[in-house]
Amino acid sequence: MNLDALLDCVAASSCLVTQISAGLIIGMLLFLVACGLTLIFGVLGVINFTHGSFYMMGAYIALTTFQTTGSYALAVLASTLGVALFGVIFERFFMARVYGADVLMQLLVCYAFILILDDVAKIVWGADFRAMGMPEAFVLPPLRVAGGFLPPFYLFLAAVTVAIAITLGVVIAKTRFGKIVRAAAANRQMVGVLGINTALLYAAVFALGSALAGIAGALAAPVRSVVPGMGFSILIESFIVTVIGGMGSIAGAFVAAILVGITRSFGSIGFPLFTDGTMFVFMVLVLLIKPTGLFGRRPG
Amino acid sequence: MEKPANRAGSRRSFLAATAATGLAVAGFPMVARGQSKAPIKIGMPTILSGRVAQIGISSRNAAQMTVDDFNAAGGLDGRMIELVVRDSKGKPDEAARVVRELINSDGCTIILDAEASSASFAVQEVVRETGHLSIHTVSETSSLSADSKIRTANAFRAARQGIHDSSFAGKYAAEIAKAQGLKRWMICSPDYAYGRDTSGEFLEYLKIFEPSVELAGETWPKLFAADYTENITKILQVKPQALYTCLYGGDLVTFIDQGNLYDLFAQANVFAVNMADYTTLREIKKLPKGIHSANRYLTTFPATKANAEWGERYRKKYDVLPINWSWENAVGMQFLTEAMKKTGSDDAKVLAQALRGMVIESPFGADGKITMRAEDQTIVGYAIGWGTTIPTQPYVTDMQAADWGFIVEREAEWKKRKGYA
Repeated sequence: MNLDALLDCVAASSCLVTQISAGLIIGMLLFLVACGLTLIFGVLGVINFTHGSFYMMGAYIALTTFQTTGSYALAVLASTLGVALFGVIFERFFMARVYGADVLMQLLVCYAFILILDDVAKIVWGADFRAMGMPEAFVLPPLRVAGGFLPPFYLFLAAVTVAIAITLGVVIAKTRFGKIVRAAAANRQMVGVLGINTALLYAAVFALGSALAGIAGALAAPVRSVVPGMGFSILIESFIVTVIGGMGSIAGAFVAAILVGITRSFGSIGFPLFTDGTMFVFMVLVLLIKPTGLFGRRPG
Repeated sequence: MEKPANRAGSRRSFLAATAATGLAVAGFPMVARGQSKAPIKIGMPTILSGRVAQIGISSRNAAQMTVDDFNAAGGLDGRMIELVVRDSKGKPDEAARVVRELINSDGCTIILDAEASSASFAVQEVVRETGHLSIHTVSETSSLSADSKIRTANAFRAARQGIHDSSFAGKYAAEIAKAQGLKRWMICSPDYAYGRDTSGEFLEYLKIFEPSVELAGETWPKLFAADYTENITKILQVKPQALYTCLYGGDLVTFIDQGNLYDLFAQANVFAVNMADYTTLREIKKLPKGIHSANRYLTTFPATKANAEWGERYRKKYDVLPINWSWENAVGMQFLTEAMKKTGSDDAKVLAQALRGMVIESPFGADGKITMRAEDQTIVGYAIGWGTTIPTQPYVTDMQAADWGFIVEREAEWKKRKGYA
């Protein structure tokens, strides 16, 4: 523990700005992935363990599109649509067959696809790591705010994530589709009985959740090595965020992701040997005090 | 008097036995020759997936290139080497399992261990138990061969060592620290045996040659971490004048890419021992100026025709430039094949005896030769140098070559301090 260093940091504006912004950035990517995961669970009641592989696919599609076209905007769009389409195919042809089955069967299907997608990535892009590089528009020195460092690309990433979070919130709260999604999250069977095409609904939700993972992959690609199996580490962290925030709660995922990000950021200064452990301690505390998560609800 | 049927039966039996004996006598040399032409199977556990898949890919490529040369020249009295490669995914338990499978199921009689440090210790314990000859070609953690409690008579190392690199690195960095007044240093290295040992050794020697330096901070990202933001922001808070890192491969590329966002490399002199690997250099799209690096593998260092030709041959064969693990595996396989040629045998004990003290001609030697030192069964005499990286060929300039007399002296002192001597 290095509490002196932590206190010094909190007392210094430059450190505060840098560490808070770093924590927010760490949280933003986590939120995008966790949000898709929690959305799928909330409506379909399915834990999509393949979600990390969707993130990996998003990164690879962005890498290839960017290297082919030179356009990062196209790369993000291609990742979003490509992974969304794959999500629909995966849901319709595979997950739909195991909705009523034991959770172990669902886990098996997801794990099989993790292995398949990792091998497809190896065959298509090679087993070695690839680096996309920073799009020219973001090759800029960091902004200095109160002595702290704010990289322009990370500001862009944060802005995109906040825009997605707001849009998602508005769609879920104010649109007919959102109403149906909330109804399905509350009672899936009733939604079907009321004449809603649940197959279409499930495919749409899966597409949306997958698209979020795809966007996360595209946003991560300029600053992470793209490699087969890269989805695994973010999947674990996303589960922690989802459990802390509450399974099925988008607002919960947002708050939990920020919490995890800030913990990691300040943890590296104050308790570097226990930063990862702290996330798990949070999760255990939440499970003990409020098992449904910070914003989760008891199942109806 | 015998009954006719009995006489006929015994004649048939006699004729059948004679025919069988004749076939056996005529066919035995062919059968025996077939068995003696059985391939020499060398098992190679390595990492072929994940963020450091380049370890396995480059190791396999170089080992296979040397095997192909040996086989093309007739092998060992007509017996060809067959390289059996398996992916351990970099996990120690998986590496141990894979080695046992190579020995028990695939019939491998020799192990060319191209595992990273974390798994190489696991492999060492397996071959200690089975008695199979093994050459470690990737692990740089010095204790693998220096510590007599870990060392075993049937295991050798054909890879660079942390203590060799660090002793010269410390001297090189100390000279720059003295010249530029770099007093506050920080370490950012992966949190496992190689990262901890190598960084510790570097710091030890930096302080020996420039006592005024201080370690202002340290940050230890997890091996294969996807995100270094928290480590980078910690470095920015500590504000060191110089930073040492032994991150490598995809991890180093990610660290550089993320560090560039914070303009990290304009704020500290960086000593990245593993920077000068072609794969890493080519994947970094915006290489910061003036990063110091050891040679890892360069076709221009040693600046000899033999080295350049080997690099070009590798590039033509695999359409990619060789990297550090390439030359190490080429050397490991060369030691094996030369020991086989010298002894005419593939027996583990016979080969081990031949390997101890063996000297080979090698394009990677500081003076054209590399020795498998008998006392601790590890290579010495390979080219070590440090210079400054640039974004285009030859990628490293102002190379300073290490003197092996200096390195061996420092190594001996280090072994005494550690209790290995």
